[in-house]
Amino acid sequence: MRIIFEKRQSISRRAMVLVPVVSFLVSLLLGAILLLISGANPFETYAAMARGTFGSTYNFSETLVKAIPLMLTGLGVSIAFRMRFWNIGAEGQLTLGGVAAAWVALYWAGRVPAFLLLPLAILAGMVAGALWAGVPAFLKAYLGVDETLTTLMLNYVAILFAAHLYYGPWRDPQGYGFPGTAQFDPSVWLPRLVGTRAHLGLIFAIVLALALWFVLNRTRWGFELKIIGENQVAARYLGIGIARNIVLALLLSGALSGLAGACEVTGISRRLQQGLSIGYGYTAIIVAWMAQLNPIAVLFVAILMGALLVGGDQVQMTMGLPASMGLVLQGMILFPMLAGSLFTEYRLRIVRPEKTDPLASETVEAAS
Amino acid sequence: MNEVKTPILEMQGITKRFPGVLANDHVDLELYPGEVLALLGENGAGKSTLMNVLVGLYRPDEGEIYVRGKRAEIHSPKDAAALGIGMVHQNFMLVKTMTVAENIILGMSDLPFVPSMETVGKRITEISKRYNLQVDPNAYIWQLSVGEQQRVEILKLVYRGAEILILDEPTAVLTPQESHELAGVLKVMTDEGKSAIFITHKMEEVMEFSDWVRVLQHGKLVAVRRTQDTSPQELARLMVGREVLFRLDKAACTPTETILELQDVHADDDKGLPALRGLSLTIHGGEIVGIAGVAGNGQRQLSEVVTGLRRVTGGQVFIRRKDMTNQNPLSVIKAGVSHIPADRIGMGAVGNMAVSENLVMKGYREAPIVINGVLRPNRILEFAHKMIEMFRIATPTPQTRIKFLSGGNIQKAILAREIDACDGLLVAVYPSRGLDVGATESVRRMLLAQREEGMGVLLISEDLEELLTIADRIAVMFEGQIMGVVASDDADVETLGLMMAGVKREDLAVEIEDAVSTSTASS
Ligand SMILES: Nc1ncnc2c1ncn2[C@@H]1O[C@H](COP(=O)(O)OP(=O)(O)OP(=O)(O)O)[C@@H](O)[C@H]1O
Ligand SMILES: [Mg+2]
Repeated sequence: MRIIFEKRQSISRRAMVLVPVVSFLVSLLLGAILLLISGANPFETYAAMARGTFGSTYNFSETLVKAIPLMLTGLGVSIAFRMRFWNIGAEGQLTLGGVAAAWVALYWAGRVPAFLLLPLAILAGMVAGALWAGVPAFLKAYLGVDETLTTLMLNYVAILFAAHLYYGPWRDPQGYGFPGTAQFDPSVWLPRLVGTRAHLGLIFAIVLALALWFVLNRTRWGFELKIIGENQVAARYLGIGIARNIVLALLLSGALSGLAGACEVTGISRRLQQGLSIGYGYTAIIVAWMAQLNPIAVLFVAILMGALLVGGDQVQMTMGLPASMGLVLQGMILFPMLAGSLFTEYRLRIVRPEKTDPLASETVEAAS
Repeated sequence: MNEVKTPILEMQGITKRFPGVLANDHVDLELYPGEVLALLGENGAGKSTLMNVLVGLYRPDEGEIYVRGKRAEIHSPKDAAALGIGMVHQNFMLVKTMTVAENIILGMSDLPFVPSMETVGKRITEISKRYNLQVDPNAYIWQLSVGEQQRVEILKLVYRGAEILILDEPTAVLTPQESHELAGVLKVMTDEGKSAIFITHKMEEVMEFSDWVRVLQHGKLVAVRRTQDTSPQELARLMVGREVLFRLDKAACTPTETILELQDVHADDDKGLPALRGLSLTIHGGEIVGIAGVAGNGQRQLSEVVTGLRRVTGGQVFIRRKDMTNQNPLSVIKAGVSHIPADRIGMGAVGNMAVSENLVMKGYREAPIVINGVLRPNRILEFAHKMIEMFRIATPTPQTRIKFLSGGNIQKAILAREIDACDGLLVAVYPSRGLDVGATESVRRMLLAQREEGMGVLLISEDLEELLTIADRIAVMFEGQIMGVVASDDADVETLGLMMAGVKREDLAVEIEDAVSTSTASS
């Protein structure tokens, strides 16, 4: 009997579901070891985390609050990654989306009918995010400029630009020096679920994930994107416009992250302030990979990641552990994930040869 | 005499299953030192699988391997290399963005930390001289023609000191001359005591190259013959399991309107050197125009210029009298041009996508496959089933990723898609390369059927036999120019050979000129 490692004929659906789940469990196990080392009881800690994230409607709504931007940026990043375009600029696209939404909220109030203000703010956020991803996409598609560098650099530009605004020209004069703009007019507040901070962005994310799944898997455009992502030489041979499609896909990718930013400022902080860029755009990369670039899966993985963030805060409060515990767990999830993704392409197989007796093969050899 | 020799390699009872297929079914194989074994079989018979088992890419489900009399556990190509076994794969495994020299030493275990590329280059040049395998060690792989890449693969093995060479359809991409040279290479090697396993679909090569023949059919070993005791007819029968007729019925050519017209076309190759130098050619509906020539004389660039994949630097391209010079590939496709490319894995197919998806990669733009931009999965499947049946593509299911099909079946899928989409001009580059005798015959039938339907066919082939049987006219290319066009009824291998070597038709003997001039009025 021996065990062999062989390539699968088709990607296993079961493995696609199992791998993230098992990876998550393994990372919990690794986390438990860490917790033991730092002198905490892993069971109690995990129980506290679970209570703090899923234990009550309110706690769960707080998990959703963190999950919503991860869903939207995760969707955006997945589209880009499907095209083998390494967009690590979701953070900047989100930030600029927030800036644009704030601009509409602060400076268009009174100039357009009040009921239009919120839709316009959201639209502005999406356009800003789209452009922020569109620039590196254009540079890559038409001039061959490496996108990892440009998208990363543009993050800093966007984040510092936002800081400049809320520290400088946009700062609320009545804000006692707090770095942030004045609170928006209530007409630009994104509706929330009563009694919680979970907002309409959740519905956007769910609808968009479904729409995206449909577009990618069932439409002509999705088919073309898939071909481009798999084999650009073949795409060109088949008459598919590569540069144009990369730019279009990245506009969509950026728009989703921009939407995340717009929802954050209109739904949570209701002003542009410090704390908009807290790494959602980077966590989105983990979300996208764990979801294996599947839009529906992004929703669930985002909730899990949101829970780790909230859970980290919880253990800080209830167990006196550093909040970064959640982040450590988040990071640790990635390793078993990457190792595990091997199993969607490969599998272990146990083979029992007919002749298990080692002597039998010897005799065959001798006879020949 | 050979019977008393001990085999250097033995495979016993090798069985390999893939989901839905039994690729190898208790196959035995013996190879003797200094000899060449030819492995024959239809597309999908399991030849490549058996060889992949031998080099450790696949683990067999059952069976044993003995090298030099000792039981060998081969878990990876590294293990195989340590035993002196090396393989040139059907689909090359070279890194396109690296140079020849870099590719040759890539993955070698006994390298100094910083290898001296100069020494490597020197050794490469030395080996390429010894075996007459010319390549520039500093060229990048992407700059090389398929035939040149082949040479790199062989060089790589020799460089690494392989004693047992496995060549999976090496001649599929070579010109007759190059194949002949390869025979020379193999001769030098077997004289040195090396042995080789050689997979091919060409009977003449089996007779020319090998000492022994083994025939696989549906994964089973069905015959073992000494080459001197068998005949091409017998081998073909053993492979297919029935008598094969090497005969095609060809109706008289009735050319209609002009489909393709190239006027004084100039174009560069990937290195920026001129590849087409003032080429003019006309193809009518209802005729097959063959392009003969030694690989690397601009054939690939010619096919790319016609299909919009390469810019022309001078001259004009007309399709159905419409100026299509430097139009993008999509406009050319829309003008009714289909293209069977030389590089089927790299260009013609998307390996990670399903067979069915690959089959609709031309038809996905239009109803009934797509309606209002939305794909119809059922229609795709329906279409795939139709194509799989019509073109006899052997695949476990339409959803199987196409890279898991045998080389010949991938080619059939591309052919099916392109022939189905063709509406005016079919550019076929080595269409029967890698196909078994039966499939080759059906491809030729299909090309003739296209011609009967009034399509123009531009057939680029290195197989003069193929050109003489199905082309109506044969244009010979040499260094980016057409040396002359002859009617295939009047052409013979010698004349074509001379023209392929660069002799202009006008300069050939007068009697040939006379015979030809009556039938080439259209060019
Ligand atoms: N990795 C794989 N996964 C699943 N099926 C495979 C795989 N490799 C080969 N097969 C199947 O095994 C069978 C034998 O394939 P193989 O490539 O050995 O044929 P072959 O004799 O080399 O044919 P050809 O002359 O066309 O190259 C085919 O039906 C093929 O689809
Ligand atoms: Mg093969």
